[in-house]
Amino acid sequence: MSAENPAAETPAVERERLPPVLLLRPLSFPFHDALATKFRLLKPWESPLPRDEFLAAHAGDARALLSFGPSPTIDAEILACLPNLELVVAFSTGVNHIDVAECRRRGIAVTNAGNAFTEDVADYAVALLIDVLRQISAADRYVRRGLWPINGDYPLGHKLGGKRVGIVGLGSIGSAVAKRLEAFGCTIQYHSRSRKPSISYKFFSDVANLAAESDVLVITCALNTETHHIINKEVMLALGKDGVIINVGRGALVDEKELVKCLMEEEIGGAGLDVFENEPAVPQELFHVDNVVLSHHKAVFTPESFQGVLEVVMGNLEAFFSDRPLLSPISE
Amino acid sequence: MESLGVLLTYPMDSYLEEELGKRCELFRLWENPPEKRGEFLRANAASIRAVVGNTAVGADAETIDALPALEIVASFSVGLDKVDLAKCRERGIRVTNTPDVLTDDVADLAIGLAIATMRLIRAADRYVRSGAWKAKGDYKLSSKFSGKAVGIIGLGRIGLAIAKRAEAFGCPISYFSRSEKPQTSYRYYSSVVDLAANCHVLIVACALTEETHHIVDREVIDALGPNGVLVNIGRGPHVDEPELVSALLEGRLGGAGLDVFELEPHVPEQLFGLENVVLVPHVGSSTWETCKAMADLVLGNLEAHVTNKPLLTPVL
Repeated sequence: MSAENPAAETPAVERERLPPVLLLRPLSFPFHDALATKFRLLKPWESPLPRDEFLAAHAGDARALLSFGPSPTIDAEILACLPNLELVVAFSTGVNHIDVAECRRRGIAVTNAGNAFTEDVADYAVALLIDVLRQISAADRYVRRGLWPINGDYPLGHKLGGKRVGIVGLGSIGSAVAKRLEAFGCTIQYHSRSRKPSISYKFFSDVANLAAESDVLVITCALNTETHHIINKEVMLALGKDGVIINVGRGALVDEKELVKCLMEEEIGGAGLDVFENEPAVPQELFHVDNVVLSHHKAVFTPESFQGVLEVVMGNLEAFFSDRPLLSPISE
Repeated sequence: MESLGVLLTYPMDSYLEEELGKRCELFRLWENPPEKRGEFLRANAASIRAVVGNTAVGADAETIDALPALEIVASFSVGLDKVDLAKCRERGIRVTNTPDVLTDDVADLAIGLAIATMRLIRAADRYVRSGAWKAKGDYKLSSKFSGKAVGIIGLGRIGLAIAKRAEAFGCPISYFSRSEKPQTSYRYYSSVVDLAANCHVLIVACALTEETHHIVDREVIDALGPNGVLVNIGRGPHVDEPELVSALLEGRLGGAGLDVFELEPHVPEQLFGLENVVLVPHVGSSTWETCKAMADLVLGNLEAHVTNKPLLTPVL
């Protein structure tokens, strides 16, 4: 270091000045490099110390924690190792893998992806629905197997227009789905924790009642203790034999065993699923039926969503370290 | 209608066939091997006063010439590229089609194909079904649909319905048409190449005529480019298929969602290995609800014809 030229400091010293942010697992994709320019990333797995000792050694620094991916869960045990923690920044919309009750108790703020993923998830839900009703993936398989010249026309599908669509969870993603499906001539109705007075769609306080009056259910609510298996056998039977379920929320919102049973026994008409209870495990019975469309939890995998969530994460961290309001704190 | 002899060209719809069988004197063209069809037509020419055709087998000049008693062609389709309209006009034969009732389904499929192609949904379904989804997912990024510029070739009923849906995704809309439509606020391009150069998703939704044959040619495909997506819910011959195939194989075009092909039911096999294409077997209006509505329209037109009432959806 030169006294005559204090600006020419080494990168290591500069890095020391950056606010520290704790990670519990490596960041993939482009996120690491962008964050490393603004923050000093604390990485327990790079240390010879076992994680608990590393956390104890760095507890003083760990005011902010980045949660990337569903594991590890940010449970009370981890939180207990971090007495100075004030902020958990999640890369996802859902925060079911974080003990939010414990965070609330400790006064630890939690931020999520805000609206970064809203459009892509809504697009994906709509596309899954069209695929199930119009059998796009199944008919594509038919063509690629060379069956069109041999077996002739593909069996008829079902019209989307005029269908009654029940949205379970009318947050930003649910609302974006509703707006899109209205343009296709669908009738929108919803279930939410409470009625939204500014919304003109019909409200149902009970999911089974919503299902009974719907042709399609689109699941876009958060997963928590109240909504676990919110789509259960009763709801599926109420939806009925021609009913279609689209799940872009979390696998555990749906009783998966029951869903498979209903599909196999033709108690419901079809399903489009981007999420499953025990990813990457998918019930194998579903591999052999044509009235489901399966996807490996990738509704947010676009460059725009990735750029968007990076901006939200960086923005939340920058706001935190400069004592400004957070961009996307989760609602209580 | 019992005395109306109807030639059904193809087993297009079982409800339609059943009703025609019950209410008319029905002749089933496809039950005869191709080499015997001429004979079959000649043998029944005196009785056949109506032809019901579809996009696979319509009423071409040869068929019309073989049927001197023909009064009406009621097509089970909105597209009339398989009906020799000039011949019908010459002979004073009435022609009806099935507009409006299938508009929604075709528009729905256009958007469904666009998103399925861009978001790699069919590829995801295949990936999961193969059992390949283990701890390390195949998490490649796919193209966002919302907000992307959508260009529509042909702003008729179907084109407008596509535009309305795409608008709900925040997509700016532009179009090419024979003439500008002042009643819409969408951006007009007087050349298909310019339209293709200025959109991300190009959707073919016009009628097939001599002028629109191969309207999507190499120049248009190149203008659409390696990030562009082509969706065809019109007719196979709208697109120069060999050029489309080589563009896709060479990565000069980003992707394609196709419901129609030049030589249906044959689909270029070189496309079968690509994950950025979606291929469906001409299912644009193939839903229970719409086929019933189309069939009822065909039956209604025939009924109106024999009772001398105005035709429901006449073209000629």
